[in-house]
Amino acid sequence: MSVPMVAKRKKRASDFFVAIPFMVPALLGLVVFVLVPGIRGIILSFSEYNVFTGEVKFNGFDNYIRMFQDVHFVNSFMVTMEYVLINIGFQTVIALFIAVLLHRFTKSHVVKGIVLLPYLISNVIVAMIWYWLLDYNLGFVNAIIEGLGMEKITFFSEQLAMPTIAMINVWRHMGYTALLIFAGLQAIPKDVYEAAAIDGGTEWRIFRSVTLPLLRPVLAFVLVITVVGSFQIFDTIAVTTKGGPVIATDVYSIWISREAWGNNDFGYASAISVFLMILLSVIAFAQTKLLSANQSDLDR
Amino acid sequence: MARKEKEAAESEFLAQSTGAKIFGWVSLAIICVITIFPIYWMLRTGLSTTRLLFEDTSSLLPSHFTTGGFQRVLGLASLDQAIAEGGSGASVNFGQAFLNSVVLATGITVIQTAFSAAAAYAFSVLQWKGRDRVFFVFIVALTVPGIFLLIPNFLLIRDLGLMNTLLGIALPQILMSPFAIFFLRQFFLGTNLSIVEAALIDGASHFKIFWRIVTPLAMPQIVTLGILQFIGSWNDYLWPFYVGSGDPSSTVLTVALGVFKSQTPQGSPDWAGLMAGALIAAIPMVLLMIFFGRRIVGSIQASGVK
Repeated sequence: MSVPMVAKRKKRASDFFVAIPFMVPALLGLVVFVLVPGIRGIILSFSEYNVFTGEVKFNGFDNYIRMFQDVHFVNSFMVTMEYVLINIGFQTVIALFIAVLLHRFTKSHVVKGIVLLPYLISNVIVAMIWYWLLDYNLGFVNAIIEGLGMEKITFFSEQLAMPTIAMINVWRHMGYTALLIFAGLQAIPKDVYEAAAIDGGTEWRIFRSVTLPLLRPVLAFVLVITVVGSFQIFDTIAVTTKGGPVIATDVYSIWISREAWGNNDFGYASAISVFLMILLSVIAFAQTKLLSANQSDLDR
Repeated sequence: MARKEKEAAESEFLAQSTGAKIFGWVSLAIICVITIFPIYWMLRTGLSTTRLLFEDTSSLLPSHFTTGGFQRVLGLASLDQAIAEGGSGASVNFGQAFLNSVVLATGITVIQTAFSAAAAYAFSVLQWKGRDRVFFVFIVALTVPGIFLLIPNFLLIRDLGLMNTLLGIALPQILMSPFAIFFLRQFFLGTNLSIVEAALIDGASHFKIFWRIVTPLAMPQIVTLGILQFIGSWNDYLWPFYVGSGDPSSTVLTVALGVFKSQTPQGSPDWAGLMAGALIAAIPMVLLMIFFGRRIVGSIQASGVK
């Protein structure tokens, strides 16, 4: 693939041999812990792996055929989708709201710091705090609900567990997402607003027909990274419901880890991982296409 | 000064009506309360007596104040005392886990950032054929979801005999992070090449230029990146759980908390102990926020506008 490049003025000789020692650790990391494992993962997905002897026996598409027939296949898809839709939906809207508030009403770094704080606390701790706050018998939230004369809520029931966990992670991520969006708001020139205000636009009108369209590239970027992250939810569920009640929170990563470490079926678990990766690539690709079609409303 | 005044004038122009102002500030206040309250509740519960928590579930002050929860997680309470207050009596070595987390997160952060910076130098200041193609492979690696590499990397660490060691947990991340390389390359690309040329003519090696000129110039960015990587390592759970939970010498804080929570003899966890432990694990992050808050906020904003 020696594409004839535009003749570059070479001020000095190629630094190739100098570059090698600078790259060795990173290349080693890339090859040993990303590329080779990536290939191994794909090979494993077409095999039966014996955990005790390390023996790999090819079994063609058996794992995939089994996966498509597994009751968990549909369940994990539905449950994960439920999580992602609730999580991303609320998170994006709330973050947008916070970002606009920060942009309009304060320049305070303290407020931004407070809003960002939950993001610095680990998923595990966040999960435990909320598991405790939402506890049926002793939790603060149910104490308030009861105090208001309403019936207590079983937040981790079969119906509510997934929405509850999705909202817990909204709490952790909303500040982070708000800051990403805030950066996008700052990039919109002030005169655009002035013009809109002079034309007699109300606050809401200006937001809808000026701010939101101009914010689309940033929102697209934010959605791509948050959706891909959201699909891989694990920690919060692992320390609270562990996939239950029954299979109500049995998302992909929980299902994969159960097949691998619970049932010692690494081949099957790899097949699910490969499927999840393909699913994520398709979603990320579709998002980029959909959201950034004729992108630049604002020529920056 | 003039810029500040201009900004003030502009934001005044934007937020004219008092109604909007009240709405805005009330909303912000509510958001801050929603954010801070759960963190305060950790402290309140951590200073309560687990066995008596049921007596008052909504008081803002600790229910039967005691530091027993903290003593239990730090291994300072006697067995009888722990059980009397509603602890499980089982012990998790939080001191050791805290130390493990510090060693692991610091080690990963320092070494990974150093190696990533070196690679970023090769992809920015150094000029060689195929450079951008090799860099592109790292960008592709950036998009590979972690869950996909979990199983093969686990098997690799097991085959290497590094299960239940801190090295086994660190190894896949310690050599590089595609994000770090990408992030630092952006800054190194702005290096003034004539300085590099001049230094080369003076007989400086590229290593010296990297270490003495390029790195010091990008120090603020390197520190910011380091903080972000530290937060990530400190909070990691999935990987250290599968690779390191089998031995106290490789159990990190997040994993230890999970173990502590699952020790529930009477069906309900030792909430005071658990919240005390969670708070101890969260304190380093709160301190980071207090000391480096402005920088962390800035770096996240910067990653938003690309």
